[in-house]
Amino acid sequence: MAAAAVLVLIVLACLAAPLYATYVSQSDPFGSNLDGSITLGGQSVDIMQSTDTGFGVTPIGPTWQGQYFLGADDQGRDVAARLLYGGRNSLVIAGGATVICLFFAAVVGVVAGFSGGMIDTVLARALDVLWAFPVYLLAISLSAVLISHGLQLGPITVNADSLLIPITIIGIVYVPYVARPIRGQVLSLAQSECVLAARCLGVPRPRILFRDILPNVTTTLIVFAPLMMALNMLTEAALSFLSIGVQPPAASWGTIILDGEGLLYTRPAVAIAPGVAIMITVVCLNFLGDGVREAFDPRAKLRVKS
Amino acid sequence: MILVLIRRFAEMIFVLFSISVLVFMIFFATPGADPAARLAGRGASPATLAAVRHSFGLDKPLPTQYVLMMKHLFITQDLSSFVNPGEQVVPALLNAVPVTLSLVFGAAVIWVLFAVFVGVTAAWRRGSFLDRGLMMLSLVGVSMPVFWLGEVANLITQARFHNTWLFSWVPALGYVPLTQDPLGWFKSLIVPWIVLAVSYIGLYGRVLRANLVEAMNEDYIRTARAKGLTESQIIRRHALRMSLITLVSMFGLDFGLLVGGGALLIEVVSSLPGVGMLTYQALQNLDLPFIMASVMYGAIFIVIANTVVDMLYAVIDPRAR
Repeated sequence: MAAAAVLVLIVLACLAAPLYATYVSQSDPFGSNLDGSITLGGQSVDIMQSTDTGFGVTPIGPTWQGQYFLGADDQGRDVAARLLYGGRNSLVIAGGATVICLFFAAVVGVVAGFSGGMIDTVLARALDVLWAFPVYLLAISLSAVLISHGLQLGPITVNADSLLIPITIIGIVYVPYVARPIRGQVLSLAQSECVLAARCLGVPRPRILFRDILPNVTTTLIVFAPLMMALNMLTEAALSFLSIGVQPPAASWGTIILDGEGLLYTRPAVAIAPGVAIMITVVCLNFLGDGVREAFDPRAKLRVKS
Repeated sequence: MILVLIRRFAEMIFVLFSISVLVFMIFFATPGADPAARLAGRGASPATLAAVRHSFGLDKPLPTQYVLMMKHLFITQDLSSFVNPGEQVVPALLNAVPVTLSLVFGAAVIWVLFAVFVGVTAAWRRGSFLDRGLMMLSLVGVSMPVFWLGEVANLITQARFHNTWLFSWVPALGYVPLTQDPLGWFKSLIVPWIVLAVSYIGLYGRVLRANLVEAMNEDYIRTARAKGLTESQIIRRHALRMSLITLVSMFGLDFGLLVGGGALLIEVVSSLPGVGMLTYQALQNLDLPFIMASVMYGAIFIVIANTVVDMLYAVIDPRAR
C-alpha cells in the first residue's frame, strides 16, 4: 500500500510540473538561460559561473531554494523543473508501452492458444524468433532507424521526436515475454474441466472464450502490469541515455542523467537526482507487483509465505 | 539423443535466418525515408548517397539486396561505414570482443558467488529480519539503472573519494589488456565488474531464494531431515542442487546477452572500448551500417550461445530431452 501511495505522489508531482516551473522555479525548463542570474541571500549570483581555472563555465549548484533547487544543467536550465517534466515523459512512455505490450500480448497469446492448428504454429514460431532476439538490440535498431528520419506509413506520419516512437518500440519488444505465458495459460485452460463441461453442454466457442478464458487471462495481465511497467521504465531510461529515446529539448529521467554525465564531477546532483527518481519509482512498481501477485495468484502466495 | 540435438540445430538455423531477415527489413524496408539517406548518416552528400546505393544494390529488388548484405557481412566482411569513410566494420567489432569478454566474465564470477550467498542466506533464515533486509537490498539492486550506478561509482572512486586511502588505487577510466599487465587489467575492471554485477546479484538472489524455499517443502527434503542430516547439509547437498538448475539456464541466457551487446551501457559509462562502446559511437552519428552489423553479430552470437546451452542441458538432464 505504501508503494502505491508513493507512486501516486510521484505522478501528482509530475503532473504539477507546469505549476512548479511557473511559480517556484520561475524559468523556462526547455530554453537555455546562459547569462541569467538569480538573487540568493540578497546577492546576485550568475547561473553560469566562471570556473577557478578560468576556462569555461560551471552551472550553479543546488541552492536548496525555490529557484534552481537542484542547480542548473549545462544550458542553465532548472534541473528540478526538468526533473518533473522528465518524470511525465518517463511515466507516459512506461505506462503507454505497458498498455501496448499487454494488449498485443493478450491478442497474440489468446488467438494462438485458443485457435490452435496452423495459426498457433505460425504465431508461436514468430514469438520464438522475437524471444531469441535480445530486447536491447531490437530496441536499439528500431530506434536508430526511426529516430533518423521518422516514420511514414500511408496516411500516418510520425515525427522523429514523437514520444510515440519510444512508446511503441518498448511496448513491442516485450510482447513475447507476456504473450508466451498467456498462450501457455490459454492452452491449459482449453483443456480444463470447466471448458470441457461447457463444451459438453454445447456452449458456443465465443461464449467459452468470453466467460471462461478471458477472465483468467485478465488476472494474468493485471499481475504482469506493474512488473512490465518497471521494466519499461528502465528500458526507456537506457534508450534515452543512449540518445535514441526522448529527443531534446524534451526531457525524461534518462536524458537528464545524460545531461548530468558531463557535469558529474562538478555538479553531481544533475545526474544523481533523476537516477534516484527512477530507482524509487521502479522499487515501488516492483513492490506493487509483488502485492498484486500475492493477491491474485494463490500459488505465489504459498511460495512467499512458507 | 542425437535426434534431439539435430532438431535443436535445425531450430537454430531457422531462428538465425529469421533474425537476419528481420534485422535486414528493419534497416532496409522501414517505410518513411529513402534507405540510402538512412544508411549514409545525417547530411550526406549526393555523391555519398550514390555510393551507398551502388554498394548495397538499393536499386535492385529486396531479396537481392538481402543476399548482397549478407555477403558483405559474413563472407567478404568488407562492410564499411559511410560516416567514417574507410572504416571496416567487421574487423573493428571482432577486435573489441576481448574487452567485452573480460568485462562480462569478471562480472559473472562476482554475481554468481554473491547471488548464491544472498539466496542461500535469505532462504536459510527465511522470514527473519536478515531475509527481509537482503530481499529489500536485492530489489533496490534490480531497480537501479545500470548506467546511473556506473556514474555514481565513477563519482565515488574517481572524484570524491579518489584521494583517500580507500580508492586511491583505482586507475583512470579505460581498459588495460590482460596480456600487457594482468594487475592493471584487474584494477581497471574491478569497478565496472561490481557495477554490472549488482543488478544480477539482486535478480539471481531473489530467484534462488524463491526456488530454495519451494524446494524446502518437497518430500525429498523431509526424507533428508528424517534421516538426520543437519540443516546446512540439507541445503548444500539437496535443496541447492535442485534450485541451481533454473539459475544455470538463466546464466547461459544472460551471459550470451551481455557479450552480444547487452553490456553496452556499462561500457559507455566506464569508457571500456568493447563491442557496446563501438555500437554507442555508431548510435551517436546514426551510423546505421555499423549498428546493423553489431546487432546482427550480437544476435547471432546470442542465438548460438543459447542453442549450445540448450544442447548441454539435454545432455546433462534427461528430463529436458
